[in-house]
Amino acid sequence: MYGETLLKILVCMKQVPQKDAPLKLNESGTWIREDVSYEVNEPDAYALEEALRQREKHKGEVVVITSGPARAQQVLREALAKGADRAIHLEDDKFVGLDAFNTAKAIAAAIKDEQFDLIFTGLQSDDYGYAQTGVILAELMGWPHATIIMQIEKTDGGIRVKRELEAGYFQFVDMPTPAVLTIQSGINKLRYATLIGIKQAKNKPLRKVPLGEVQAGLGDNLQKIEKLYVPQKTKKTEHIDGPPGEIAKKLVDKLRNELRVL
Amino acid sequence: MPDTILVVVEQREGKLNRVSWETVTAGQAIAAATGWALEAAVVGSGVNSIASEVAGKKVAKVYDIESPKLEPYTPDAFAAGLKQFLESLQPKLVLMPHTYQVRDFVPKLATAMGRTVISDCIGFKHEGGKAVFTRQMFQGKLAADVSFSSDAPWFATFQNGAFRGDKAEAGAAAAPVETVNVEIPDGVIRNKPQEVFKEAKQAVDLTQAEIIVAVGRGIKEQKNIEIAKNLADALGGDLAASRPICDSGWLPMDRQIGSSGQTVAPKLYLALGISGAIQHIVGMKGSRAIIAVNKDSEAPIFEIADYAVVGNLFDIVPPLIEEVKKAKAGSN
Repeated sequence: MYGETLLKILVCMKQVPQKDAPLKLNESGTWIREDVSYEVNEPDAYALEEALRQREKHKGEVVVITSGPARAQQVLREALAKGADRAIHLEDDKFVGLDAFNTAKAIAAAIKDEQFDLIFTGLQSDDYGYAQTGVILAELMGWPHATIIMQIEKTDGGIRVKRELEAGYFQFVDMPTPAVLTIQSGINKLRYATLIGIKQAKNKPLRKVPLGEVQAGLGDNLQKIEKLYVPQKTKKTEHIDGPPGEIAKKLVDKLRNELRVL
Repeated sequence: MPDTILVVVEQREGKLNRVSWETVTAGQAIAAATGWALEAAVVGSGVNSIASEVAGKKVAKVYDIESPKLEPYTPDAFAAGLKQFLESLQPKLVLMPHTYQVRDFVPKLATAMGRTVISDCIGFKHEGGKAVFTRQMFQGKLAADVSFSSDAPWFATFQNGAFRGDKAEAGAAAAPVETVNVEIPDGVIRNKPQEVFKEAKQAVDLTQAEIIVAVGRGIKEQKNIEIAKNLADALGGDLAASRPICDSGWLPMDRQIGSSGQTVAPKLYLALGISGAIQHIVGMKGSRAIIAVNKDSEAPIFEIADYAVVGNLFDIVPPLIEEVKKAKAGSN
């Protein structure tokens, strides 16, 4: 189309247990019990928002993908309600147990017939916290990548992104597309789904990809969780109980006599 | 040849990142537990002086992996250069600090070699001949012991603060340094990084603060920040926040504590409504004393708190401000 760049963006999203959900271990002590409340992984919500903003600027298409059991469809429904055009669901209970390498392989297999310009992921997940799937996916696709991104501008030959470094430092990086970017929380302000959006979402296409369709490309996990457990405390913690006024008095006593900061 | 552990230290713009000493300590501990040899490497262009600095520690050898294309840092060049080197060295285990730079290239490197990274580890165990790495899961609420089910080389990265850098043992004599020139073909590097910069002059330096009152999501609304500010004022301390608060624009970015913000170690860290995500904890766990107020008794912040108050901060903070004021008035 003359005068317009069309951007086709894939956003990888994950459903994770809610932040303050109490977690219980399963019987074999290798994973949590599934009967908790779930929500979208927070950095992924920022990745979606950024994709929607880029589409508003450049036109094109935003596709969302997730892998997980039937419950994970909720993440896709919310994304469609916020404005994503269509969704892909790698649907099987077994996807939860894949390591980052195999998850990336499953995503790559599910999109093998697509032509994206950009793939966004959140910079890490709140459950595993590996911070790897996006970078692995880039390598599997043979694409360049950049991580912990706080700004994206389209340029003539590709994109200019702003990487967050540690301790308040940043860096601009020019790179060609197609590319994979892992998005940092706070890159933008999140929108809410509108009522019309929620209504429209019901009619948007959602493609289900069963495990069998991508299994041939997957291998054994390269790493294994031997045991999941409640961490042993390394610090002795003193609990301060009572009504608020009493707690305040006790704390001031600690501040004065034990910590000596008053 | 015995199995070898290789610690890859981090340099940025020709300077050693001090967190690398923690990884050297980790390597020394794992070498002692397993009987494997310990070597180290630095990757860059003209970084021989860093190799010499690392050679002062108790390691068998230090490799200086050189190419003009390794400066400035790009994930393409680092992955290509290290892959070439690792394929010839064939170490059993490759260790690195879990920094933003390592996160940027090590999953690519491992994938290119058909291998995997156990990332952000906090400990190591050698159980019945098996190497097991401990890492936090679900934002620190649970821990997992993870092992490799792939062939070597195995890659693992360690969380900032998991080992003590000042415990890295010095060697009896300087270890030999070997320069290895790697070939990075034209066209491998696709990203063009610009100069590293700081957004604005950091207005607030929290690293020197003796008392910090920090707020998290539990503060709920921007107008409630005032309550925490009043407590900070009463205590004569500074106000800080976890990342979500700064992301929302409720406090400026320069008051953020954690991996993307400042790392602090005050006499007192008072955490209000902070759940204690890993990225926050790494920025404040060195505090001399930690008081945490949170309504969720399972919040990970309580794992590292010296004093725990399970309750609503809006009930507890107002009387606390009054008591602090009273105590201060009384002591004058």
